[in-house]
Amino acid sequence: MGLEQLPRNFLTARLEDLVQWARRRSMFPATFGLACCAIEMMAMGGAHYDMARWGMEVFRASPRQADLMFVAGRVSQKMAPVLRQIYDQMVEPKWVISMGVCASTGGMFNNYALVQGVDQIVPVDVYVPGCPPGPETLLHGVLTLHDQIRTGELLRRRQETGAGAGIQLDQRDGTPSHVQPIPVRRKSA
Amino acid sequence: MSDGTKAPVPDEERLERQTDEGAQMLTAPRRAVVTDGVWPEGDDTMVVNMGPQHPSTHGVLRIMLELDGETVVQSKPIVGYLHTGMEKTGEELTYVQGGTNVTRMDYLSPLSNELVFSMAVERLLDLEVPPRAVWMRMLLVELNRIASHLLFQATNGLDLAATSMMIYGWRERELTLRFLEQVTGLRMNHNFIRPGGLAADLHDGWRADLDELCRTIERGVRDYVDLLAENPVWMERLVDVGRISTADAIALGATGPILRATGFAWDLRKAQPYLAYDQVDFDVVCGENGDCYDRYQVRLNEILESVKIVRQCAERMPAGDCRVQDRKVTPPPRARIDESMEALIHHFKLFTEGFRVPAGETYVAVESPRGEIGCYLVADGTGKPARLHIRGPSFYNLQSLGTMAKGALVADAVAIVSSLDPILGEVDR
Amino acid sequence: MATEDDDAGAAAAPPPADEVVAALVERFPATVPWVSHGQAVVYVERSAWRDVAEFLRDDQRFTQCVDVTAVDHLVDEERAAIPGVTLERFEVVANFLSHPRNRRVRALSEVPEAEPRMASIADVYPGVNFAEREIYDLFGIEFEGHPDLTRILMPDDWVGHPLRKDDAPARIPVVFKDDPAPR
Repeated sequence: MGLEQLPRNFLTARLEDLVQWARRRSMFPATFGLACCAIEMMAMGGAHYDMARWGMEVFRASPRQADLMFVAGRVSQKMAPVLRQIYDQMVEPKWVISMGVCASTGGMFNNYALVQGVDQIVPVDVYVPGCPPGPETLLHGVLTLHDQIRTGELLRRRQETGAGAGIQLDQRDGTPSHVQPIPVRRKSA
Repeated sequence: MSDGTKAPVPDEERLERQTDEGAQMLTAPRRAVVTDGVWPEGDDTMVVNMGPQHPSTHGVLRIMLELDGETVVQSKPIVGYLHTGMEKTGEELTYVQGGTNVTRMDYLSPLSNELVFSMAVERLLDLEVPPRAVWMRMLLVELNRIASHLLFQATNGLDLAATSMMIYGWRERELTLRFLEQVTGLRMNHNFIRPGGLAADLHDGWRADLDELCRTIERGVRDYVDLLAENPVWMERLVDVGRISTADAIALGATGPILRATGFAWDLRKAQPYLAYDQVDFDVVCGENGDCYDRYQVRLNEILESVKIVRQCAERMPAGDCRVQDRKVTPPPRARIDESMEALIHHFKLFTEGFRVPAGETYVAVESPRGEIGCYLVADGTGKPARLHIRGPSFYNLQSLGTMAKGALVADAVAIVSSLDPILGEVDR
Repeated sequence: MATEDDDAGAAAAPPPADEVVAALVERFPATVPWVSHGQAVVYVERSAWRDVAEFLRDDQRFTQCVDVTAVDHLVDEERAAIPGVTLERFEVVANFLSHPRNRRVRALSEVPEAEPRMASIADVYPGVNFAEREIYDLFGIEFEGHPDLTRILMPDDWVGHPLRKDDAPARIPVVFKDDPAPR
């Protein structure tokens, strides 16, 4: 396996590297800031943490021009169809980072109003924990995504799950993100 | 309109926006510009949807604009895209945990939310916090006001395409957030002001850090004034845009900088002082015309007034406890838990059950950066509130949008929304 | 600190200390005055709700209605008994502020479960337009005379009124990885 429709052999390996380099070196995020996490996402775009070092400071307002969607904040029932519509408008290849605990699992608000985890609506590639995750944590998530694209791990994981790559960031016990098992979605009772 | 009819826009109103080339619209008989033919009769207005995802950085706000060409005839904000059920969750969390919930409503000034919630709980408990807690609360809330207004400067700039302002605004905000992180442990959503006082005391060396921070903020504000305040493009975009009169603002429930920009000097910190605001010296910043430019100026100068208050808090900070020494409300210090059984039991009970508040109801209001934030709390004798309602100022401020945007151009609609500074977290809760 | 009727209703209660409350009681005799932790509160009859709002705006110069909200007392463990007021399941609460007089007053009105309807004060105080819609959306209390009583926070096709105590649960059980059952 290699790039999506390209057979992997000694001829296409360099092409693959080139494409992966292009993809990770200028990801344009779509503006999808919802709540508190949006403020930290904007902080990451600010001068102190500076996403521009990785070519990402241009937030594209139109989803057609973006390839990365930070779901930054809590997704309410009313917002869920809007989220899906924006995701659908993005053109392949596209990635989704679920920023913060509210987007990843519903966070502290396990009630009627929120979608309990945005991966019920869009396939998620990286889960960034935190409430809100500081810009450094978010940056770690972004760089993890870049790394997984570079090694091709992301595509392999996507093929395995059939949906998003579902990468959780390096855990406190030292388990690095790239060896974590792909999470299994349990149906709640 | 709710009864299904459209109100015709009188021509005098349409002629209000004059440009150098003359009036935007001509009176009947209208002639189409391109073909010079007769304008088709019964030309309807156009309804355009703005949001909930849009370039303006003000959260998931959806606005329906009824346009007559480029002019906004009517506008209606549609909210609810961030409804989190926080008031319902508030009924499930104890009073000790309540701060974590409330703090995420107005996520740009979380300490104001925590303050109003804690004050409501303390009112129901008839609890008085020690003086150091009062002054520390005032210090932190004013720092929060500075951070919030700095973010307003940044996002207001970005919405009007002054991208440098976005980068500059974050500069001082980051330093303020770093100070808050040193004190409270978190950059945002601190859960630091709790019923009974604060979670912990100020860190060692806070005085020097604070003095440095104040100097940097004042220098920064001078930069922003140089950058934008007299800039002709900035003034062209903001002066006389989104005007609202004092009477309209009051009737629509607007409070905070929106009301003060119309010339009405109402600030809860002066009119109905809480904490120790009657003992510090500061001015209430007012505008004149109630347009976007005045709202921008009011918030800019409020940063400087808050720096004044912060300096006075730093000089006059009393010694003592940072929280009330009532073991039923305040957890014991961690070291005591190893020594005393009673401390262990209190700690356990506080963090599992919480404390009980006798039945009653109260409404407490403070001045947040967006206006009057209130907490209506109903207790029923258990450890969890029977009803927790936060009166979010942005919820009421948004109702002024219709009046402000009437007759404005589409490009001004973004400027007006931006100058309202709505935080959808407290609008939708 | 609460003022209470000392006698069994035979002698007249002392006049309320707050002059606004006194004016309200004089104008609307069925109003019950109360003091809640130092704040002036009146319990107003449901039928007089709109008239009270107009009286406060026109006569007592209460320029702004700061907040209107509702409370569902279905599962309250303890609820203070207010002499002279029939307590119902729902309570609509309005906080008023007078800028010229710099004072606040709170008006509460009991709303029975069988008939969850109130008069709207959105034409008296335009600022409560959204607040009344929110109460309708989350509690199901209808406001007669409101220009646009539709859902504001929940999706338009939502069924139910979430903030009612018997409607949506406050907490959905959470499933953790490797847990045998949700908790």
